[in-house]
Amino acid sequence: MDKEAITKIRNDFPILKQKINGNRLAYLDNAATMQMPVPILHKINSFYQTSYANVHRSADTLGFNATKQYEEARGKVASFINAADANEIIFTSSCTDSLNLVAATYGEQNIHEQDEIVLTIMEHHSNLLPWQQLAKRKGAILKYIDLTESQTLDWDDVKKKITAKTKIVAIAHASNILGMMNPIEEVIKIAHQVGAVVVVDGAQAVSHFPVDVQKMDADFYAFSGYKMLAPTGIGVLYGKKQLLDQMTPYRFGGEMISNVTKYDATWADLPQKFEAGTPNIVGAIGLGYAIDYLHEIGMNRIQTYENVLSKYLMQKIEKLDFVAIYGPKEDHTGVFSFNLKNIHPHDVATALDMQGIEVRAGHHCAQPLMHRLGVESTVRASLSFYNNKEDIDQLIAGILETEEFFNGTK
Amino acid sequence: MGLNNLRTFYQALVLDHASHPRNKKEMKEATAIQTVHNPSCGDMVNIFVKVQNEKIIDVSFTGSGCTISQASASMLTQSVKDKSVSEALEITKIFSDLAIGKEHTSDEIEKLGDAAVLTQVMQFPARIKCATISWWALEQALLKKG
Repeated sequence: MDKEAITKIRNDFPILKQKINGNRLAYLDNAATMQMPVPILHKINSFYQTSYANVHRSADTLGFNATKQYEEARGKVASFINAADANEIIFTSSCTDSLNLVAATYGEQNIHEQDEIVLTIMEHHSNLLPWQQLAKRKGAILKYIDLTESQTLDWDDVKKKITAKTKIVAIAHASNILGMMNPIEEVIKIAHQVGAVVVVDGAQAVSHFPVDVQKMDADFYAFSGYKMLAPTGIGVLYGKKQLLDQMTPYRFGGEMISNVTKYDATWADLPQKFEAGTPNIVGAIGLGYAIDYLHEIGMNRIQTYENVLSKYLMQKIEKLDFVAIYGPKEDHTGVFSFNLKNIHPHDVATALDMQGIEVRAGHHCAQPLMHRLGVESTVRASLSFYNNKEDIDQLIAGILETEEFFNGTK
Repeated sequence: MGLNNLRTFYQALVLDHASHPRNKKEMKEATAIQTVHNPSCGDMVNIFVKVQNEKIIDVSFTGSGCTISQASASMLTQSVKDKSVSEALEITKIFSDLAIGKEHTSDEIEKLGDAAVLTQVMQFPARIKCATISWWALEQALLKKG
């Protein structure tokens, strides 16, 4: 994307134009949440003002139209990740909720004592705790695939940990800390050879590069709306139809039933079976608008542009000898975790914040990975397609100022 | 540049306490030990207190964390050493109150000693937890075994 295209995009995000602590804002916390562009805000506003109604209940015009839009959003999500069928898309409240759904239904039904569940050590808590707790409930064995020396997925360990006893493999498509994509298709192939089901956490993937669940042959794929321009409180679970069909419901209540008598009930077909109660209607429709917006720019263009930004950031940051960068140096995604020598990440984040640079500091909901890396926490700067080189220059200047402030005065 | 603002918060006293923490050691003969985690960053503080006849005759801490959390724990040990349990609890309350923007008289604030400078943390809402974590640990330790 050229400068003109980026300027046009940035104009859709007025939040980027405000000052933070007296300085130009460099919003570099996109892995935590992405901002929402004006066209989506307008469409959501307009939906509330002209079309708001509950879905799948009323036969009136508003109810019918709201249902139509809600289901159209499902269709948009299906084509966005290339699902074979819109009924394979379940609207949940978040990526976390989606992963919990799989653990509480498929996991609860299919995991038995001594079965093995394989994770990677880089999973964030959402794709770790549901499996850890399932394993505890069932007496199953939890195994973690380790990292290589360059802090990428250890391929030898993948082949060692996935065995005939493996029933579930849970893996992130892209790491929220290490700044890399996992070789997801290859992992799925190995898992399928032993009959295991693969759950992919796509939270850090969907707004950064094209995702094709059929091509990768994922059994389940989970992600959140707020990391791809949509509101919070909406998430997606994709599951292969044959798997979703055999799963029991997760929550019980309105609109997920076929027939209810005093002492028994039968369940609705997909996807309603998993969407008890009034869903996040505006969230789902907003997610549909987000997909329209992303399509308009083009996922391939987004990926290409973010690669340019990532390379630029890596080039600049790796020259700073007091900065430790985690994850591989090559093929880096837009997520950069790092630490400054002798300065705690929280102090770094406050100093950057004072200079208008918004990053995250902490363990990024991945304490086992922090432990593996030998740190308590890190600073994380994460890019999106509305960032520009100026944001990166500001970050680098901010890091230099921070280093001087703390290590110069001590 | 925005770092002028930062300078008032991370003043020399804070930086000094962080790089040369006072009473940072394990205490074998402690009468109460309390561990507190900061769940957002994984930081941890252990507070050790030795109470005899309702008086804190020794207090120390271990753990790891940012400049603010380390300086705060260090200052805390100086503020409450040789104080009675009830005085220490009062000081703890004053600190916690100030950190969330509540007001106290200058006489009360004086009881905090060096730690009074840390109450500026209210200008940095994201950092309040870093400053208060060790004080929560102290309070819990004292209430556990006053």
